[in-house]
Amino acid sequence: MTNFKTVTATVSAVALILGLATMPSLAAQTDITVGMQLEPPNLDPTGGAAAAIDEVVYANVFEGLTRFTADGEVVPALAESWDISEDGLTYTFHLRDGVTFHDGSSFDAEDVKFSIDRARAEDSTNAQKALFADIQSVEAVDAQTVKITLSQPNGLFLFNMAWGDAVIVAPETADTLATDPVGTGPFAFATWTKGDSVALEKYAEYWGEAPRLDKVTFKFIPDPTAAFAAVMAGDVDAYPNFPAPENLEQFKADPRFTVIVGSTEGETILAMNNKKAPLDDIKIRQAISHAIDRQAIIDGALFGYGTPIGTHFAPHNPDYVDLTGQSAHDPEMARKLLDEAGVSDLTLSLKLPPPAYARRGGEIIAAQLKEVGITAEITNVEWAQWLEDVFKAKNFDLTIVSHTEPMDIGIYARDDYYFQYADADFKAILEELNKTTDPANRSELLGKAQRKIADDAVNAYLFQLPRTGVANAKIMGLWPNAPTQANDMTAVYWVD
Amino acid sequence: MTLYLLRRLLSLSLTLLAASIVVFLVTEIIPGDPAAFMMGINADPAAIAALRSELGLDQPVAFRYLNWIVGMLQGDFGQSYTYRVPVSELVGDRIAVSLPLTLYALALSTLIAFPAGVFAASRRNAPGDIAIMGVTQLGVAVPNFWFAMLLVLLFAITLQWFSAGGFPGWDAGVLVALKSLTLPAIALALPQASILARVMRSSLLDTLDEDFVRTARAKGLSRSQALWGHALRNALIPVLTIVGLQFSFLLAGGIIIENVFYLPGLGRLVFQAISQRDLIVVRSVIILLVFAVVAVTFLVDIAYAIADPRLRRQRR
Repeated sequence: MTNFKTVTATVSAVALILGLATMPSLAAQTDITVGMQLEPPNLDPTGGAAAAIDEVVYANVFEGLTRFTADGEVVPALAESWDISEDGLTYTFHLRDGVTFHDGSSFDAEDVKFSIDRARAEDSTNAQKALFADIQSVEAVDAQTVKITLSQPNGLFLFNMAWGDAVIVAPETADTLATDPVGTGPFAFATWTKGDSVALEKYAEYWGEAPRLDKVTFKFIPDPTAAFAAVMAGDVDAYPNFPAPENLEQFKADPRFTVIVGSTEGETILAMNNKKAPLDDIKIRQAISHAIDRQAIIDGALFGYGTPIGTHFAPHNPDYVDLTGQSAHDPEMARKLLDEAGVSDLTLSLKLPPPAYARRGGEIIAAQLKEVGITAEITNVEWAQWLEDVFKAKNFDLTIVSHTEPMDIGIYARDDYYFQYADADFKAILEELNKTTDPANRSELLGKAQRKIADDAVNAYLFQLPRTGVANAKIMGLWPNAPTQANDMTAVYWVD
Repeated sequence: MTLYLLRRLLSLSLTLLAASIVVFLVTEIIPGDPAAFMMGINADPAAIAALRSELGLDQPVAFRYLNWIVGMLQGDFGQSYTYRVPVSELVGDRIAVSLPLTLYALALSTLIAFPAGVFAASRRNAPGDIAIMGVTQLGVAVPNFWFAMLLVLLFAITLQWFSAGGFPGWDAGVLVALKSLTLPAIALALPQASILARVMRSSLLDTLDEDFVRTARAKGLSRSQALWGHALRNALIPVLTIVGLQFSFLLAGGIIIENVFYLPGLGRLVFQAISQRDLIVVRSVIILLVFAVVAVTFLVDIAYAIADPRLRRQRR
């Protein structure tokens, strides 16, 4: 790497002397090394929930009928256009022509039918099976046309089809995607050095605009200190989700780097066990919400990055309603509510999964709760333990977690979900929302849903998880936000 | 010697069998379901159940244990739950990093410690001895990960002679690969070398006080002749013990250094597998490490016998 840079530097110097510097493309780099904290366990986005899978393959290797843009908008991908029937039940997708898979086989309607039927099958191991729940049948009308019939209208259907879990795969390669992903995207899978890196190479036969990079290497560096060293030493060119926010100031001061601050779909909440006494009392839940100073947590746990939220919805979404005032930091009020509820000396368990936002945030929240007379007993747990103990067994009072799936307010309509909200009125709102396709009506219903869960103080809503990244200042086109967990490399390029 | 070897082999197998039972039961008891971990918090329970049965997790415990043991005896370590590739392949890739790193560090540590220890012992309480003791005291006290960070700061970030970490693979060329292991090996080796040098020195000093050395001096050998000709070999037993322990420690215990230099070694594989509840990988790697430790102890025993003929005779 260093040698290569020296060579490039020498070449540029020589070029400059010869007066050839007017041709900057000579020196522009066409490969990139991107740092990631976690290694994907496998590379099949249709068979696991690990964010790292999509961070490598989404939009790079695999594509769906629709896709997310950097702003979170849903645009055509493998489907060029679509018609929706009057009743909102039938979607006819017109597929793009001249699309091929990386193994050379052509893409057609049968592949779409296969992929969607595979995801919604009885024995499917698709982690987001719910995305396909409303589909009644998939029909390949002809090679370029697919008709999908829903059992009930679903305003989010096109959005759902943009998820990484809904990408189109070929039947011949479906069983080996985990280790040898074959998709239709602008980059084809090249190598995977387990524990170290995954390399992708430009796919020459790509149907769309050719990417400007020839090679993308994702390098896995879990330790924050090591990540810092790797960026400083130039071993990685970009680290879009940098794990050590405390180092960002240093990068900002260094002209070699740019710091990219964006948002994610991660609503970070202090979740409460709504069925477990005393948290089944709304007064106690409100008291906890008022006891929390969101800005102090953002400053203390995230070094100032992050947007406060007052409900379970992403602030960058046009339908977001700012309800932070409703549960503003007010220890007086919190104490009063606790008095009204008739409790004193309350002790609650607070279980914290590994991410820094939870562990650091948890310490701060415990201190804030202490001020209003609630003792939070902190237990640090691993993810696997959290899933077993908190998520499945519901054996907790409080926990902190970031819900990173886009548009996931629907989890509040799931009775058995770990915070156990189970409210008929909320479910009615969601049901209506699902049936509504008119944007204005949807927006109103989404507002209603956001207010409902804030009024009921289901959880204490903390902040939208930021995405803070660092990159070489000469790299352009990286996504600042994460509308889905992805590192889309199609538009990335180097300048001189 | 044959009987001795057979007895050692039997005890080696029994140790492995006991370890396999303990490892299996412990990984069975810890909470956490690999399928639930892989599917995340939005997953459909039916999809989790489907994955559990695909991974064979819905079978009885005894059946899975026997399956695992029988498979291992046939050289089949099973398939990783999360990576979906054979465990032997995963472990093989990691050993290709961890074993060379361990040997590299051990070689460096021995190359530094032997001369330093002998030099210090031969100049007991002289300035050279005091200097070496001071430096090694520091070497023992400094945590290796901190020392590793200093190395990165100097050689990777400031001087840019080495990359800050990572392993390009042996395909990239032996020299390139060795270069990427150099900083980690130094970081691992220095604390170990300090310990070894101190052990070497004190063991040698003890030996130098023994009667046979005095006899050797009395018959006219110089101090250094007595040291090299008679004392050194006798002083080796405790040193070999430490070297053996260090090998096991470096092979399994390199995880922190692997993290600092983001090397894809065995330690990181186990760590990752534990947090993802990829239990089949955890079990197989632990058994492999137990095997390595037992085997090294066995080899050290043989090395004792070579270094000290008295032990050889006793064992016959």
